[in-house]
Amino acid sequence: MKLTVDGLSVRYGATQAIEEVDVAAHPGEVLAVIGPNGSGKSSLVKAIAGLVAHEGVVRFDGSTVRPERIGYMPQDIGARAALTVLEAVLLGRLGRLGLRVRPDDLAAVEAVLGELDLMPLASRYLGELSGGQRQLVFLAQALASEPALLLLDEPISALDIRHQLEVMEIVLRMTRARSLTTLVILHDLNIAARFADRVLVMRSGRAVCCGQPEAVIDAAMVASVFGVEATLSSDPQGRLIVTPLRALAAA
Amino acid sequence: MSAISLTATYAAMGARRVAVLAIGSAAILVSLVLDVATGPAFLPVGAVAKSVFGLAQDRTVDAIVWSIRLPIAFVALVVGAALGLSGAIMQTILNNPLASSYTLGVSAGAGFGAALVIVLGVAMPVPEAWGIPLMAFLFAGIACAGVYGIGQARESSPEMLVLAGIALLFLFQALLALLQFVASPEALQQIVFWLFGSLQKASWSKLWIITAVLVACIPLLIVDVWRLTALKLGDERARGLGVDVARLRLRSFVLISALTGVAVAFVGTIGFVGLVAPHIARMLVGEDQRSFLPASTLYGALLLSLASIASKTVLPGAIVPIGIVTSLIGVPFFVWLILRNRRAFW
Repeated sequence: MKLTVDGLSVRYGATQAIEEVDVAAHPGEVLAVIGPNGSGKSSLVKAIAGLVAHEGVVRFDGSTVRPERIGYMPQDIGARAALTVLEAVLLGRLGRLGLRVRPDDLAAVEAVLGELDLMPLASRYLGELSGGQRQLVFLAQALASEPALLLLDEPISALDIRHQLEVMEIVLRMTRARSLTTLVILHDLNIAARFADRVLVMRSGRAVCCGQPEAVIDAAMVASVFGVEATLSSDPQGRLIVTPLRALAAA
Repeated sequence: MSAISLTATYAAMGARRVAVLAIGSAAILVSLVLDVATGPAFLPVGAVAKSVFGLAQDRTVDAIVWSIRLPIAFVALVVGAALGLSGAIMQTILNNPLASSYTLGVSAGAGFGAALVIVLGVAMPVPEAWGIPLMAFLFAGIACAGVYGIGQARESSPEMLVLAGIALLFLFQALLALLQFVASPEALQQIVFWLFGSLQKASWSKLWIITAVLVACIPLLIVDVWRLTALKLGDERARGLGVDVARLRLRSFVLISALTGVAVAFVGTIGFVGLVAPHIARMLVGEDQRSFLPASTLYGALLLSLASIASKTVLPGAIVPIGIVTSLIGVPFFVWLILRNRRAFW
């Protein structure tokens, strides 16, 4: 599903969260959204998901009608409902569920639970899981909807480094295999550089730049957007490595 | 793991929940029989059974069973069911384990409506005996609308709705106190007795009305059962899953208003059933609303039926108002439930 965002603005009362953001994403592409706290990343994703009032136009394959097949994973992982992992992931298919769960819904849930290695937790309650496990469950929920557009708000923030890599590999693999259009908010520039096809940089509610990681992420951008002095290098495979050195004094 | 294992996991979860509902139903049957047998004149269970099946030869037993005991016992069940169900819906849509019609002002609103008729004798276009229930029902609705209306001011966030409910609880309690202050001694006594809650005015006609409301709610809840489950994951996540949260809350508030209003209107204020029954259900079956709502309904019915028995047995020769019994038993039971709960549900 081709996503086109034109002149998107979101305002919460007197606060302008994002202003005149333009961006496009294509099927089979992972677009990472990066930027410091409060730069409007979550507001952008929520507006695209149709969850907050906004100005500007969001088009899904050219249509302004929000499609059902959006897999949205919000930042919050604090849900402590007395629901099992199986039930929580089933909810990803909410629009299709009847009083009696159909075998194809169970099969879809099983596939995604297997993919994320969550099968052993299927009958456990969410409240019994660690924060990282819950984050995986909600990623599974977003994937269970068999989305065309995947919107992930910091999906790896509570995961250890191994699970961060594994989850991002799954996200990349599914994006390619299912031709998903994936927007993922990330804080780790190295993860963004490694897994994203393109990176959208945001600061103070505006899109600063957008392009391939190698073209966008450099020492000057890290200094001006994040206020951090950093060195950039490459690993033996030629992948970008950002090493933060120190916080710069506020201008 | 194979697809069979997930299907098996799902089937095992389902079987456990069916068992919980079956056990609840069986306990209700036993409690119902005991409730009918218990009273100032104890009737042997055999005599009760004979009377129920039209085999009794003693007209006195028939009269006691059919005119007094059965309506009371059944009204206890349906009122408990309505309170349990409305409490469960409230806890779900507000995502708050302390929510119930009792703690968020709906029952207090009904109490104020009833007191208004008792003290001021507000003219109603209905027979006098129905005036109090009608006003109690109306004010339960007004309280619900108030909670929802105030909550809407802040995009109907659960926290705002809970605070609105607490504010209305205090408002209606203050208004009630004012009415009690100006009431005549006779009216005051009548208000106090109404507020205690009592099953003694139960009748077949009241039973059918409460049952009709309860039954009418079921198909409306079935339609929303997955959306309500999604709401347990928080407003934002539910919206992300495609739920129109504001409309779902509005529909749910209408159901809560009807269920609580009709239950409280006929028997007075009964606390703790609407709070405790959903907690029992949550521990037994979790919060998949397909089993949570029926379980809350069943265990609400069971709790009030047991309280009905207790109200007739704790003080020999006297029938203690049911509202007092539910609170006296409910408080320690509730504390015990919370303390023994191992899972982090709240």
